[in-house]
Amino acid sequence: MTRTVTDVICPFCGTLCDDLEVVVSDDGKDLLEVYNACAIGAEKFLHSQAKDRITRPRMRQEDGSWKEISYDEAVNYTARMLADAKKPLMYGWSSTNCEAQSVGAEIGEAVGAVMDNTATVCHGTSLIAVQDIGIPSCTLGEVKNRADRVLFWGCNPAHAHPRHMSRYSIFPRGFFTGKGHTGRKVIVVDPRPTDTASLADIHLQVEQGHDYELLDALRVAFRGEKLPDFVGGIPKAKIYEVAETLKSGRFAIIFFGMGVTQSIGKNHNIDIAIAVTRDLNEYTKAAIMPMRGHYNVTGSGQVWGWQFGFPFAVDLSRGFARYNPGETTSNDLLRRDEVDAVFVLGSDPGAHFPFSSVKKIYDLPSVVIDPHETPTSEVCKVHVPVAFVGVEIGGCAYRMDNVPIETRKVVDAPEGMMTDEEFLTRVLARVKELKGV
Amino acid sequence: MAIRVNLITGRTIQQGVAMEAGEEKPAYTTACGIIELDPADFKELGAFRNTNVRVTSNHGSVVVKAVEATQGPHPGVAYIPMGPWANMVVNPNTYSTGMPTFKGTSVQVEVAKSEPVLGSLELVRKGCRGELS
Repeated sequence: MTRTVTDVICPFCGTLCDDLEVVVSDDGKDLLEVYNACAIGAEKFLHSQAKDRITRPRMRQEDGSWKEISYDEAVNYTARMLADAKKPLMYGWSSTNCEAQSVGAEIGEAVGAVMDNTATVCHGTSLIAVQDIGIPSCTLGEVKNRADRVLFWGCNPAHAHPRHMSRYSIFPRGFFTGKGHTGRKVIVVDPRPTDTASLADIHLQVEQGHDYELLDALRVAFRGEKLPDFVGGIPKAKIYEVAETLKSGRFAIIFFGMGVTQSIGKNHNIDIAIAVTRDLNEYTKAAIMPMRGHYNVTGSGQVWGWQFGFPFAVDLSRGFARYNPGETTSNDLLRRDEVDAVFVLGSDPGAHFPFSSVKKIYDLPSVVIDPHETPTSEVCKVHVPVAFVGVEIGGCAYRMDNVPIETRKVVDAPEGMMTDEEFLTRVLARVKELKGV
Repeated sequence: MAIRVNLITGRTIQQGVAMEAGEEKPAYTTACGIIELDPADFKELGAFRNTNVRVTSNHGSVVVKAVEATQGPHPGVAYIPMGPWANMVVNPNTYSTGMPTFKGTSVQVEVAKSEPVLGSLELVRKGCRGELS
């Protein structure tokens, strides 16, 4: 016999879908099928059942091979590495629950670490912009029930947030949006005609890296002022058309992604996108929202926000919280040789940092906590596999619109495996012993 | 023959699925060890589809398989899905924001038929040990 667990939360992207159904074996040990999830979410659940999964910590030997070690040894190694370091980097924190993030922050305080999360290579520049000029935002529920003008700028949810469009932004019928997608005008701004663009009423194929100019042109167009013939490769008639489309709506929502946060201009691209939203509020109701990537990167910012006052790049090495992106951010610290140990949890910098930073991790004492074997585990000295949050252990996660959702456990982890929180709690206790506090 | 294009990176659904299925597996290399080129750029390069190419920037070099753009046309723009292959060549400069410049790196693409596309773990391992050509 099998049983079906309903209302399961998907721990993949920031959309944090909460309607999955998972079929598990009667004894709760095997996960058999996943319904309602996108291809990526389903794969995440199913991969937890992989037969070749690593279930015990491993330490790198001199000849490059792995040697299995116990969790006790892994705890001791990690605590010692962190306690001995002058300024360790504790990076990741996005694919785990808020409870683990909180314990991690306590360790960071005890050892004087720099705490950074994946926003540093994702929406870190958005956070800088929000601190500069604020953000008029809303929840995804409001988008579903009210938005009739939807603008995707430099993001491709068809690939990165596959169910975002069907659950919230384009297709659903809401309280004031009873016609579903036929009642919505969709605009996509992207240098490629993406699969998301194929669903749009208007696609602006902006020249890559010219988002700031085009956003600024929209502000000009809202006011009916004169534009040059082309801005960022887009003819002015098209820009006026988009401006009119946005102004004529009852509720406009702008979603933005890596196309603007990672292109040249960085946080200033977001500044101007937020300013566009603010201007639009002169004519109608408008809101803007970052398309957060990891399912709980938002939660990491929330936890540190209330613990330290800053959402990422928190330097605790002086005994109090400092924040200075460009100085206290992971890639800058690594490239400038300003950290002397690296601890990674719930992220894969080995695959997603520029290689010059990966090489620095390889050269330093390093520990990675991750259920998967990844390029990060390939360059670290100790790899500690743990239970999958959202599959084998529950815990709080924050959706991209800052709504907290409690994830659910659906199956047991393989016997004897620790969770992130358990491992960190042990490391914290050992760090306190070593530090004599 | 070599061409110069503007490289951007980002997620594809194949990248996401393969990443969750295991980055050590060949499917991850198939999903991310590629460069999506526009048909016009293929013509200029003088290469068949599915040819291995060497992509070189001021910041590094990597061998990937050239495939036709799935979300095109975008002449002059090339796309490598986010992952260790793209990160060999992207501009790591953060310009004091903390964010490397993952999108908008000028790269040179040349045919490299005889050079293999390495798996993710091997690529990172060899890179760290200085064993990459």
